[in-house]
Amino acid sequence: MTLKTEPFVLNFGPVHPSTHGVYRMRATLDGEVILDIEPVFGYLHRGIEKLAEERTYTGFIPLTDRLDYISSMSNNMAYCMAVEKLTGITVPERAEYLRVIIAELQRLANHCIAIGSFFNDAGAYFTPFLYMFREREKILDLFDMLSGQRLTYNYMRIGGFTQDIPDEFLPAVRKLLDTLPKFLDEYEFFIKENEVLLARAKGVGVLSREIAVNCGISGPVARASGIDWDLRKADPYSIYDRFEFDIPTCENGDCYDRYRVRFMEMRQSLRIIEQAVKDIPAGPVRSDVPHLVRPPAGEAYAHIESPKGELGFYVVSDDSIAPYRCHVRPTSLINLAALREMVRGWKVADLILIFGSIDICLGEVDR
Amino acid sequence: MKFERYGLGIIKGMIVTITHLLRHPTVSQYPEQRLNMSRRIRGNELIWSREKCTGCATCAKTCPQGAIEIVTSTNMADNRYEVEKYQVDTGYCIQCGLCVEACPYDALFMGYSYERAQYRRGDLVQANDQLLESPERPASGYFHPEIAGKLPEQTLLLEKIVEKKK
Amino acid sequence: MTIPDVYIASLPMGATPPDWPGGYWWHWLFFSVVLIAFLLVMVMAAIYIERRGMGRMQSRLGPNRAGPFGLLQPVADVIKVLLKENIVPDNADKIVHWLAPVIAFVPVAMIFAVVPFRDGAMLVDLDVGILYVIAASSIATIGVFMAGWGSSNKYSLLGAMRNVAAVVSYEIPLALSVIGTVLITGTMSLNGIVLAQDIPYILLQPLGFLIFFIAGCAEINRSPFDLMEADSELVAGFHTEYSGMKFALFYLVEYAEAIVISAIITTLFLSGWKGPWLPPWLWFIIKTLIVFFVMVWTRTTLPRVRIDQLMSLAWKFLFPLALINLFITAIQVLVWPDGLPWVAIIINIAIMVVLVVAWSKFFKLGWGRLEV
Repeated sequence: MTLKTEPFVLNFGPVHPSTHGVYRMRATLDGEVILDIEPVFGYLHRGIEKLAEERTYTGFIPLTDRLDYISSMSNNMAYCMAVEKLTGITVPERAEYLRVIIAELQRLANHCIAIGSFFNDAGAYFTPFLYMFREREKILDLFDMLSGQRLTYNYMRIGGFTQDIPDEFLPAVRKLLDTLPKFLDEYEFFIKENEVLLARAKGVGVLSREIAVNCGISGPVARASGIDWDLRKADPYSIYDRFEFDIPTCENGDCYDRYRVRFMEMRQSLRIIEQAVKDIPAGPVRSDVPHLVRPPAGEAYAHIESPKGELGFYVVSDDSIAPYRCHVRPTSLINLAALREMVRGWKVADLILIFGSIDICLGEVDR
Repeated sequence: MKFERYGLGIIKGMIVTITHLLRHPTVSQYPEQRLNMSRRIRGNELIWSREKCTGCATCAKTCPQGAIEIVTSTNMADNRYEVEKYQVDTGYCIQCGLCVEACPYDALFMGYSYERAQYRRGDLVQANDQLLESPERPASGYFHPEIAGKLPEQTLLLEKIVEKKK
Repeated sequence: MTIPDVYIASLPMGATPPDWPGGYWWHWLFFSVVLIAFLLVMVMAAIYIERRGMGRMQSRLGPNRAGPFGLLQPVADVIKVLLKENIVPDNADKIVHWLAPVIAFVPVAMIFAVVPFRDGAMLVDLDVGILYVIAASSIATIGVFMAGWGSSNKYSLLGAMRNVAAVVSYEIPLALSVIGTVLITGTMSLNGIVLAQDIPYILLQPLGFLIFFIAGCAEINRSPFDLMEADSELVAGFHTEYSGMKFALFYLVEYAEAIVISAIITTLFLSGWKGPWLPPWLWFIIKTLIVFFVMVWTRTTLPRVRIDQLMSLAWKFLFPLALINLFITAIQVLVWPDGLPWVAIIINIAIMVVLVVAWSKFFKLGWGRLEV
């Protein structure tokens, strides 16, 4: 004789210690098992795409910082690449190398937060979180040296950068390349084989290849499901085809694999930075671009492999100093399309963990 | 999922945690120990130079937020603009630095200090002589390498772990 | 026979009751107050150790502003909590909501009545000391469940249900692992167990110690089993709707239970108050705080387990191991009736390693995905 139960709706409200931002989920539960989930977002909508029509091309760059505020340099880079494609400006060599170094440093910093908050959601009470944040502090100090701010950098411009790097930047990057691998080894020793983590994360929230391809998932989430797709190798932009690095993938597509892919990507980023720092040439960092950029009428789409996935900017211009339309392809929002499939049948504790392993940033989801 | 590794993973984790107990904490006690900020910091205020400013208002046009307000009048004798009011609403400013880059006459700098909180929102609006450079309001080296060369070096977490005051 | 006569009859051989003024009842009142004050001071030391120790292990400092080295931080916490407004939800069951913290706290304080601080120095020397301890520690669960029910909040009820399920499941391995020590000693009185430990029982009963430690951590909702108050899932579990002094009582209960379990582990496995030069009560306090530090250490390192994994751990891992431990201890007591020799230590440690490795290979921790 089975027990008659009744499903009830539990609201994981917008203000919650563990959703990464103001994101609301209404979960239909049967005891502890999740039957269905309904996401409600839009609590952080600021109208950035509409504001683009009222700012100049250069004046919009501080606003792109605030889209995915954890990895600001990537947003800057994608937008600048879109406008450069529209106007036909070429970026000097030194600026290209610097862009690669800065983008990979930003990938390291973003994965620090992604891995740290993944463990925080699993319940490890801030210890792995704080270890990762210590390393992120070192990277943020470097960015502070370059641009003057620690979170919203506004450092890239159309055609390159505002200012050249100071003299102490490259020696500091070399020192970081010496110390960070030892920290990564110690972190792996600390948490990789932890049985509680294996029991929590292995086999949980499996995303199959078919669903991932059908939903348009990109980034580490897709690579953990076995899809070998990385824009740096599949459609190389900037000067990524000159560097030698691997794309880590895993087969299962569960939470543990997503964490492993991010961790291995951190090591590959270190490889890229090492090669770039060795080969960087001298020269100008900004090509000759007028103060108010006025691209010819047309449209352009540029996409990069941001730390969270494929980030794209679609810019339409009508020969004036402000864009006619600027649309962002929001990585996090599209990665969330598969959340319902991943979560059904698991328990409440797994919902938080699976949601944290996708690694979204609400600034991108809501714009 | 099986209880793999027979408890060894837990023991490894505990070894790492206990070694951290014996290491220096990476902490600096804030009001007593202040770290040196970056030489290019875009601090919480703007520094204006009355001699060099010609009232062209390029900065006001470039600001994405519209935080700068300039009122000028003509001075026919010297054939130049007379700047009557130069007002910056530092509460509205997002410290992006586009105005500093836009000024053709090097009359505008970002501030070096970061502790500029006020009790009332009206106190954040600064005008005219409140914006001049003084020893309490040093200028930062953002976009001005000659000032950046004179400022103290930034403390990096890579270089040193700050001594704890205990 | 009156109560004072029972008390005098229960004293160990050769001990005389101290001739405090006032007779039996004043003696009892004075020492009850002293014990509760001792418990509160130990809780403050526990909070201090936890916050500073956890901070240092996370490469930051703990609180160090309130008083020199942050020693007055627990006092500052208590004052802050007392000054807060006492909010009771509208739909709450008033009496249940009010009684819950009280029922959660009183059994914890009651356990300290049988813990020995010195040879014969405890409030009452029961013959069934360890049974009393296990019985009293189960009553605190009723308080937690009343808190979850009386809050009229879905989150709290979910947390309280998990708590009841977990505590009831872990009572059994807890009780079984203690019986090993009782078999070796021959008496259930805690003072007797301490007196009989020439070799500390952690060496003679390593499997029992491990099971008691894990089951104890689970009983008191301590990490890695703290999903009852999982900060990152259900805001705060069963004490979400509490504020002011009632919340202070729940906070106190959490640390007081941790201290109590540490004290019981010290008496049963680490030979209580025995030790060289220092006075016995100081040894007792030091050992208790060391065991508590090990609990803080595991809290800092391990993530949280899920509810079904928690239950599997209790029923499929700890319970069979506790039974096997009991069986083997019984065989050893039969073979060596007058005290176990040194070689038993080696045998027991080898058996523990073999059993843990064998069981880890064969049992499955929790369910997978259910079909909906």
